[in-house]
Amino acid sequence: MEYFLSETQKEIRGLARKIAEERILPVRAELDEKEEFPWEIMKALAESDMFRVFVPEEYEGLGGGCFDLCLVVEQLSRVCSGVAVSYAASALGSITLIQAGSEEQKKKYLPDVASGKKLAAFALTEPSAGSDATALKTTAQKVAGGYILNGTKQFITNGGEAEIYTVIVLTDKTKGPRGASAFILEKGMPGFSFGKKEKKLGIRASATRELVFRDCFVPEANLLGREGMGFIQTLRTLDWSRPGIGSQAVGVAQGALEAAVDYARQRVQFGHPLIALPAVQNMLADMAIQVEAARALVYAVARTVDSGAKDFTEESAMAKVFAADVSMEVTTKAVQIFGGAGYMRDYPVEKMMRDAKITQIYEGANEMLRGTIAAELRKRRGRRD
Amino acid sequence: MNIIVCIKQVPGTTQVKIDPQTNSLVRQGTKNIINPFDSYALEEGVHLKERFGGKVTALSMGPPQAEEILREAIACGADQAFLVSDRLLGGSDTLATSYTLSRAIRKIADFDLVICGRQTADGDTGQVGPELAETMGLPFVAYVNKIEEVGAGQIRLQRMVEDGYEVIETSLPAMISVVKEINVPRLPSLRGLARAKSAAVIVWTAADIEADMSRIGLNGSATKVIKIFFPNRERRGEKLQGCMEEQVETLVQKLRESRVV
Repeated sequence: MEYFLSETQKEIRGLARKIAEERILPVRAELDEKEEFPWEIMKALAESDMFRVFVPEEYEGLGGGCFDLCLVVEQLSRVCSGVAVSYAASALGSITLIQAGSEEQKKKYLPDVASGKKLAAFALTEPSAGSDATALKTTAQKVAGGYILNGTKQFITNGGEAEIYTVIVLTDKTKGPRGASAFILEKGMPGFSFGKKEKKLGIRASATRELVFRDCFVPEANLLGREGMGFIQTLRTLDWSRPGIGSQAVGVAQGALEAAVDYARQRVQFGHPLIALPAVQNMLADMAIQVEAARALVYAVARTVDSGAKDFTEESAMAKVFAADVSMEVTTKAVQIFGGAGYMRDYPVEKMMRDAKITQIYEGANEMLRGTIAAELRKRRGRRD
Repeated sequence: MNIIVCIKQVPGTTQVKIDPQTNSLVRQGTKNIINPFDSYALEEGVHLKERFGGKVTALSMGPPQAEEILREAIACGADQAFLVSDRLLGGSDTLATSYTLSRAIRKIADFDLVICGRQTADGDTGQVGPELAETMGLPFVAYVNKIEEVGAGQIRLQRMVEDGYEVIETSLPAMISVVKEINVPRLPSLRGLARAKSAAVIVWTAADIEADMSRIGLNGSATKVIKIFFPNRERRGEKLQGCMEEQVETLVQKLRESRVV
């Protein structure tokens, strides 16, 4: 399909694909098996300027937007979603800063994100606040010159590996969501430590840890925007980042589709390759249709985000929900086509199936986002526009 | 530290076909790439520049299309690129090639170190490096697997020899050839690709480098390739008859006849 990419976007996609095939493919099974953080690959991505893609030019980035980021994530994810999410999480950890940070804050942190010298991470989820982000318990108490943080963040991608953290905490417990604020934290700040590394079903190359704050002092200069804006900033950040999860889902599905076609062509049963069987042909055709439809939606939404549209909550949720469901279905079918072999770790499709699952869960569970879409439908009908 | 890296454009596959009619390589349908061994030379040059400052110049001799790999070299960190390209250079053997490159290097003039790969993936001779150093009167260290130290006007290197390693010190300017153990070549960067697009690859003719016309191209070549061919590999089979003793005897006899034993 022709998506009318610019020359620069074709270059970004081509280079991301090259990195994926030359650097990630040879080690992906090992990274998955050992649950090892892919530092070597992060270095290669940094050297190739991939972390510059989503950073504005004023801060040593290349000034690309949500779409450029999606192109990279999709290509990396086509080979290994665990690596892709480690890269994408650095973007997620920078978005609030890019959107709401002061000139001084951006100058201080973004160049190191752009060069890939430091990874970033975003911390919202807590043991008692998953889908219900209004149930946050981590607090920031105002003291002279800054704030004292106490509490625990859970399931934080790039936790422990990243140097820069965007953390959402309550500066005013009495106000609920309106009392939330966003802070930039740096690894190594006194009182800021990490909990255990989680063992996961999929995306096992990525690191997921708890962040623990015990009387952790954060200077006033590290508050992003104003006090009480944290919840709104979070919603904006996630609206911007969700197409990225969509592209991750599309990438995994594409990888699984390609693997399934290759296998169906060479596996002979009943005297014919599997791909000669109508049942298999139907499956592959449906997979191809779904992947292309998901890609078209993700690209269209990413372009909407980059167009400067004011509100794209609904579109962004649609791209993520649809692509994630497609990814789960396509990877499951790929395993089915591989049969017994697909269930074995010697082949890549069982990993893809495990990797796909998370896209239906994180950055807003698909059920939550369907609720968001429905709410928009209701609102719009109410306004009769 | 100013470095010149010599790179060659080669067909991007290890399964090159030979046209049986013309006895030449079939280059159609194969993408051209930087000779893999030269990519280690380029990486080492860029790495040295990052450590010690200076600039990296990529140099190639070849047809006009070789400009592509020079742009790729810029995308991977080279600062400038020169291509020596002229119909008069056609048919150059290693001697004529090394002479031509030496003229280009004399014209670039400003360098401390020349780096090349140990050999090319198409010609496979491994001669151009040492011949080039000889032509230029530069100290030459082949098969370098590690650059240990760079001091004022000198360099310490480790090179691979058959049964181990040698540590060698030499004065600068010098020339080295590198082996693949020396580094992992980086991929291009997005900023490098943007630079490569707008960068000027300067093309020199034989006249531009003031080459002695009797020493370039076919005229300057001491060797000529008369024929390239795949060795004729015939398989023959024969089933031996008789009892075990007879079969063994016939087999031994046949092995002796064919001088295998």
